[in-house]
Amino acid sequence: MRSPARLAPWALLAAGAVLPLILSPYDVNLVARFLAMGILALGLVLTWGHGGILSLGQGVFFGLGGYALAMHMKLATLAEGEMPDFMTWSGLERLPWWWAPFGSGAFALVAVVAVPAGLAALFAWSVFHRRVGGTYFALITQALALAFATLLISQQPYTGGFNGLTDFTSLFGADLNAPAMGDILFWVTLALLAATYVGVKALLASRFGTMLRASRDGENRVRFLGHDPTPYKVVAFAVAAGLAGVAGALFTLHAGVVSPALVGVVPSIEMVIWVAIGGRNSLAGAVAGALFVNIARDAISSAFPELWLYALGTLFILVVTLLPDGLAGLAGRRWRRA
Amino acid sequence: MDSALVLTQIFNGFSLASLYLLAALGLALSFGLMRVINMAHGEMLMLGGYLAYLTLLAVPGPMGILVAMPVAFAGAACMGGVIQIGLVRHLSARPLDTLLATWGVSLILQQAARSLFGAIGVDVTAPAWLDGGFTLAGANVPSSRLFILAVAAAVLAALALVLARTRIGLLVRAVNQDRMMAAATGIDVRRVDLAMFCLGTGIAGLAGVVLALLGPVTPNVGQSYIVPAFLVVVMGGLGSIVGTTVAALLLGLFSALAQIFVDVSVAQVLLLAFVILFIQVRPQGVIASRSRALDA
Amino acid sequence: MISSPKRLPLAVAALLGATAAQGAEPVKVGVLQSLSGTMAISEVTVKNAEIMAIDEINAKGGVMGRRIVAIVEDGASDPATFAQKAGKLIQQQQVATVFGGWTSASRKAMLPVFQRTNNLLWYPVQFEGNECSPNIIYTGAQPNQQIVPALNWAAQKGRKRYFLVGSDYVFPRTANLILKKQIAARKLAVVGEEYVPLGGTDFSAVVAKIRAAKPDIIFSTLNGDSNVSFFKQMAAAGLSSAQIPVMSFSIAEQEAQAMGPQLVKGSYATWNYFQSMPTPANRAFVAAYKKRFGAGAAITDPMVHGYVNVYLWKAAVEKARSFDPTAVRKAAAAMPAIPSPMGPVRLAGNQSLHQRAYVGQLDPAGQFRIISRSDQEIAPNPYDRLAFPGKTCTLN
Repeated sequence: MRSPARLAPWALLAAGAVLPLILSPYDVNLVARFLAMGILALGLVLTWGHGGILSLGQGVFFGLGGYALAMHMKLATLAEGEMPDFMTWSGLERLPWWWAPFGSGAFALVAVVAVPAGLAALFAWSVFHRRVGGTYFALITQALALAFATLLISQQPYTGGFNGLTDFTSLFGADLNAPAMGDILFWVTLALLAATYVGVKALLASRFGTMLRASRDGENRVRFLGHDPTPYKVVAFAVAAGLAGVAGALFTLHAGVVSPALVGVVPSIEMVIWVAIGGRNSLAGAVAGALFVNIARDAISSAFPELWLYALGTLFILVVTLLPDGLAGLAGRRWRRA
Repeated sequence: MDSALVLTQIFNGFSLASLYLLAALGLALSFGLMRVINMAHGEMLMLGGYLAYLTLLAVPGPMGILVAMPVAFAGAACMGGVIQIGLVRHLSARPLDTLLATWGVSLILQQAARSLFGAIGVDVTAPAWLDGGFTLAGANVPSSRLFILAVAAAVLAALALVLARTRIGLLVRAVNQDRMMAAATGIDVRRVDLAMFCLGTGIAGLAGVVLALLGPVTPNVGQSYIVPAFLVVVMGGLGSIVGTTVAALLLGLFSALAQIFVDVSVAQVLLLAFVILFIQVRPQGVIASRSRALDA
Repeated sequence: MISSPKRLPLAVAALLGATAAQGAEPVKVGVLQSLSGTMAISEVTVKNAEIMAIDEINAKGGVMGRRIVAIVEDGASDPATFAQKAGKLIQQQQVATVFGGWTSASRKAMLPVFQRTNNLLWYPVQFEGNECSPNIIYTGAQPNQQIVPALNWAAQKGRKRYFLVGSDYVFPRTANLILKKQIAARKLAVVGEEYVPLGGTDFSAVVAKIRAAKPDIIFSTLNGDSNVSFFKQMAAAGLSSAQIPVMSFSIAEQEAQAMGPQLVKGSYATWNYFQSMPTPANRAFVAAYKKRFGAGAAITDPMVHGYVNVYLWKAAVEKARSFDPTAVRKAAAAMPAIPSPMGPVRLAGNQSLHQRAYVGQLDPAGQFRIISRSDQEIAPNPYDRLAFPGKTCTLN
């Protein structure tokens, strides 16, 4: 018999799909943002939960996806030969060559996944193939988040600097301000989240997933058995980065802005918190964690801005020390007992 | 190129390296011993800074800063002890979880500082005998930065002495080489861990005092030096003091010399690129740890 | 003043309004500033000033007989959160208008939300210009009301070599782009330009470069705590304000007092308002603010602009006899001057404020002594004539 824990995600998907009919447009937009973050959380289950690779730089890949789509949306509304406004006031005379391909929607869509995944693969390979991992890797990814945010800010003529990119009006010819657009984007996000869920689940159930877990639990033993764990870890990290890119692109659509504030050290580590709280080994738990933390932040931070950071810190310590499997672990125990 | 500028930047490189070293030594010590990274280490710098501020309120005058140093060391060491006993000890077999849990601590400590002292930084005024400076072969050498160099050198010497000559140093070296064997011979490994953790956070407290000579003490003052300190640990090799020192010097000089040509932002990016390239050549760090264990 | 017969009905209406204020449905407005995060320290004081204005107006009968209810939201120093909360205020809370924003990043992120919903944002902070939206009223200084007058003053004082140092974000970079064009046009020299990441504390290289470049004056767009590190490390290297003066564009009374006036005394700043302005209107305002928020409170240019914004909105609503954002902004751009702590203020057709620029020098108490002021009110221009020739802002 199938356990209720297995059916629950699908019941939730059905419930989620009717939300736009119930909620106000503002709340639909808000939930859609959090669902986008759920896609990123699924990637972290893959690398961190099953791969044992802790990334404190996931914001970098989130940002790359967001910027890739934002660059396209900035270019799409311009007349031939025009430049985005921030380039003009930063003193640039002509569009940089590497911006030009983003004029194509198809290129941008591919870039949303390929740029973060490609860079992640290169980065992970350069570290893992020298057998540097574990804590070292976490520390290097944190430096990566800092360096990337700093770079985005300092290259204002090319990136929009601290302000980031904003003011998007249309996507692939559709008017982003149209009333129905909020609902459509919500459903697109939900569908992508469901597809990611199925995809990552299949990946984890495959031989790849087994090898990944084996590398996590005994990397040197895997080597002794004649397998090189590096490709598995690199691929897992790249897939997670690609998913972070998708999440970033969707978030940018919902929020109407992408900026360095979303990619630095603090947002990157907060992404890990969602998954730690939800449950690093559980796909549904990770998504629930992303939703829970973000909804709580929205509810608490306006009324008690100081309290929020105390609450987040405490929750983090408690979950990591007492509930390494997060809320999903707690729920799982319940079900098993019942 | 302006030779005075280059000479000044070489001196600044040593000065930056001494800050990186003071911030990273404690991390490297506990990482070598326990394989854990304390993400709240930056907040030990912050604590040292605020303790210096409070001490100077109580003991104004030229010698205040010298009183502040033992106070900050003791205060940060005590806080380190609380973190070690309350949290790190229970997560000994889970290094990545230690990293995350201590990050929660860092969040709480930063917010606590904000609630207590306000979000705007407080100022520690350097005593008059640290004002001014001199010019050496065209390079500008401010006294306060010379003082920081002296503190770093003194800490390094004292630490080397403790590890080489004292009983606790002997125990630390034993645990460092083979934890299980050390425990089997009756060494109280947990007490050695605690002592080293406190010593490490105490040094970070000292770093906070000297940082206060250069800028304001703010709730997130630790954050601006902690990422370079992490990179020093990555480059240094497991828990080696020599490795940590060499790595701090390499990164400090690299950063200062890069800034002759590029601005601070780009220098930060180049610093990370430098570390990643370095790993390609020496993945084991400046000083390799010798271990025959399968999973060190 | 004797009421003319024409004014009489209005006076009666105001009186009736005051009594009706108890009964009529209140009008909601949004107050959206960062209450948490790095910007909270500055923005909370602007929120205080905005709330104070709202309370004062309520105590006198509200707007068109309706009490104002302020809905306060936290932008959390994050542009995406600002955009989200602006949407919440407008769509969920149905506010008539919003007061708020500080960083350009927050304003840029909110702009599309205000355009989409055709609502109106009152933005209180000096900024880099280069923006002209019908849905925003920009009362902080445009570049030609702060940085260009500062340059005029320095040039007049015979300063020839300029070093530009700033935090790495949009205002400093654009301000310096304008300054470079303006300095070149005056046949003066820029001898260095450096940026440090926001919150950066290591100025060793910047100080070394300043020492090598030997400027006559430093124009600083450094933000927040970086200033303390900068001034400390300058002093340690033997370059105090007496040797090389510093003109800052982001240090106001609050920052000066927090970082210890001893450190920054003698340096210069250019704003449209200083707490030390000796007018009766300003004295009354300063006293009222201190009575409410403590005798130690410092009052700054952005706070006063935030405070004035609420009164400008009230006047515009009453002129338009409507809360409709389009009617309000059109009325606002065509109103006579209203009194304020900075003196009478009026909006130009481009929805920015006519205002004077003042150069102040910091005294040891953390207050600015006004040493120069522009001869007349400067008409706001978002596009610098030299840096962005041919661009104008016309709204209708």
